[in-house]
Amino acid sequence: MLGYAGRILEVNLSTERVQIRSFNEEILREFIGGRGLATKILWDRLGEKWETVNPIGEENLLLFLAGPLTGFFPGGRICISGKSPQSNGVIGSTVAGEFPIELRCAGYDGIIVSGKAEKPVYLFIVDSETRILDAHHVWGKDGKQTVRILTREGRRLLKQTFPWRGEPKEPAMLYIGPAGENLVRTAAVMGKWTHAAGYGGYGAVMGAKNLKAILVKGSNPLPEVYDMEKVNRLIEAVCKKCYEATDFRRWGTSSAGYNVGAKRSAEPVKNWQEEWHDEKSFKVEEFERRLWIKKAWGDFGCPTTCLKVAMVKTGRFKWALGDNPDYELQAYVGTNLGVFTPEGNVYLASLVDDLGLCGIQTGNVLGFAGELYQRGILTSEDLEGLELEWGNIEAFAELAKKIAYRQGIGDILAEGTFRAAEKIAGLKGKNVLRCAVHVKAVAIGAHGIRSGKDYPMEMSYACSVQAGDHTSVAYLPLTHSASELTVAFHDSAVYCWFNMFGQPPDLKWEFYKAVTGVELAPKEWYDVKALRIIHLQRAMLLLGGPDFRWNPHVHDENPPRFYEPLPSGPYAGKAVDKKRFEELRRRYYEAVGWDENGIPKSEVLRKLGLKDVDAALEKLRRDV
Amino acid sequence: MTGLSNKSKKFWIARDYEKCSGCRRCEIACSLYHENRIWPEASRIRVFMLVPGAEFPHFCVQCQDYPCVNACPENALSVSQIGAVIIDKDKCIGCGQCIDACPGKIPHLHPIKKYALICNLCNGDPQCVKVCREGGWNTLKKVNRKENMNYRKYAKTPEDLARELAFIFYGEKAEEIIPC
Repeated sequence: MLGYAGRILEVNLSTERVQIRSFNEEILREFIGGRGLATKILWDRLGEKWETVNPIGEENLLLFLAGPLTGFFPGGRICISGKSPQSNGVIGSTVAGEFPIELRCAGYDGIIVSGKAEKPVYLFIVDSETRILDAHHVWGKDGKQTVRILTREGRRLLKQTFPWRGEPKEPAMLYIGPAGENLVRTAAVMGKWTHAAGYGGYGAVMGAKNLKAILVKGSNPLPEVYDMEKVNRLIEAVCKKCYEATDFRRWGTSSAGYNVGAKRSAEPVKNWQEEWHDEKSFKVEEFERRLWIKKAWGDFGCPTTCLKVAMVKTGRFKWALGDNPDYELQAYVGTNLGVFTPEGNVYLASLVDDLGLCGIQTGNVLGFAGELYQRGILTSEDLEGLELEWGNIEAFAELAKKIAYRQGIGDILAEGTFRAAEKIAGLKGKNVLRCAVHVKAVAIGAHGIRSGKDYPMEMSYACSVQAGDHTSVAYLPLTHSASELTVAFHDSAVYCWFNMFGQPPDLKWEFYKAVTGVELAPKEWYDVKALRIIHLQRAMLLLGGPDFRWNPHVHDENPPRFYEPLPSGPYAGKAVDKKRFEELRRRYYEAVGWDENGIPKSEVLRKLGLKDVDAALEKLRRDV
Repeated sequence: MTGLSNKSKKFWIARDYEKCSGCRRCEIACSLYHENRIWPEASRIRVFMLVPGAEFPHFCVQCQDYPCVNACPENALSVSQIGAVIIDKDKCIGCGQCIDACPGKIPHLHPIKKYALICNLCNGDPQCVKVCREGGWNTLKKVNRKENMNYRKYAKTPEDLARELAFIFYGEKAEEIIPC
């Protein structure tokens, strides 16, 4: 099919067998790629035994899937998936960079990694050749050292492969840090020091396969498209609009670190005990003035280049280096820990990146620990001497390291907020779950719902098939640009949807048509294709296991904290109205096609051609 | 700028690497123009990222003494009216001697067709400059070429450029992170 390389690489690390898989046009039309295709592959191959598959066991699959628009739509990304060690369902976790471009130029739309290597390895893919190479020398290394060593090694190998070609550009790379190696459930799959596929915990899946990194280089062009001239025109149109987004280009999401806190009052402060602050020190201009060393940094084809490179130049965190924390990390390893200095924030963000931890999930569990310390439930003794006071940057940094290496209390917190809360509740005999701000074991993105001034609705996280993931929220109407049915297209065609901001909504279908030649009517997407992807994700989320299974009556719910009134700020006193939430949840179930127990309806599943899913859910219907 | 509209006038592409965002839109524009495909490996301008954050475009600087042209055993390379190196694809045997002769190891071979790829300044209308300026990064700029300038000094290897940039950005921290 046009727009596709047409092949998926499968590497079984147990047998070291390398195979080429391909999907027929019908499957590609229905599931597109990325997140959509991931649900299809996972259901077909693991569906029957889903509840018993251990996400961090050998039997899980780790998917790296691009889509037909990857590399064409400005801003390249890749979607990483598998059974999630956080939700026990499927999360499509995307990360930017050149990796999917090189992959598609090498002749693949994606990689399926199955099995488990006996010893640490990395994959080196050059066009049709895939090598499984020893990685003991980078095992244990942090992000920057991994990038350094493997960039050098990758270029050396490329020179050997193509001695006639001249100086090789570095291969593209995705890797894990120590956190992934140590099977930390908040570990991310990382790229370029600071880029993370965080939601889902796929760093731990990679670690469980003893896979440290994947390097790829492609010699060929991006796949052939239906109408290159039209694609060019659309690229130009997208860029033109993006160039007009002056504030966003200059500051990315990082201006929100102050604004969302002060104005929308929807930013986690001290483990969501508050969602408001008016700390001028956290204004983006302070970051810019004190820390930026590059004001526009971006990935393949991106007209926005919303990233900035930041480094601490003075003081006790001197030489901390990474990107300027985006809004999420400003919140999660900033305000959520009571940290309001740009230097401390950049230091903590660079530290979690180096360790290969997801900043959101890890910042959430650090905040959770901070609150337990505040309440005297976790003591300095429990924390091996750490005084976990709000704003104690060094203490939170030490705790992040303990999590990445699973040392002491870090071993419990490495399970993520929900699982850690379950364990600590058992150990301490206290109801600490009320301090756990997650939905279905996925920490909630840094956009609160109590003030009602941010974008998510009251049921957005509770009903999302990606749970706490702020990039994929349940929304009404289902066709809204914020709805996860819309996002499922971005994540299946796989491109950066920040570059869709301000574009006409129909542009994405036009783009899809220009690349593939296939007409995709919005109605067909929302009524059938997106719905099928969402239902498959929902089914696998509810089947869950092996350690936890979600009951919609209990777990399609907000964290208890969101029912506590906001204690401060312009919206003090506001909380989520339980009645309104329940009404919205009911309306959402109805709109998306789930019964009153939150289980996908038989007739809807059958209409979507998911008979086997319907059969698998029968036991859940009985249990409810 | 007067004179630059004259297609036969010699010009040069000035480069300010510190401003490069690493967006690689130059690679896209270059390969679309020359290959009608998005094809990073066949782009005449290549963005290297040996150190994240320190990306830079690597492409011909048109040395005043054109060592690559002189080194070609097949006379496949010549200098155009505007000062660009032109490759005769039919004559090029892909021997790589132009790469060895280049002080910056800038030419590379076409990944499939195996003839040398060197920037030809798009016959006077460089596409990379266009997209770089459109986006306001302004890493690249078209300027008049001066007869008495030493352009050769700008021809640096990717390793040297990565090192220089990493030190400019990261100071002594660079020592820990550069792979070369």
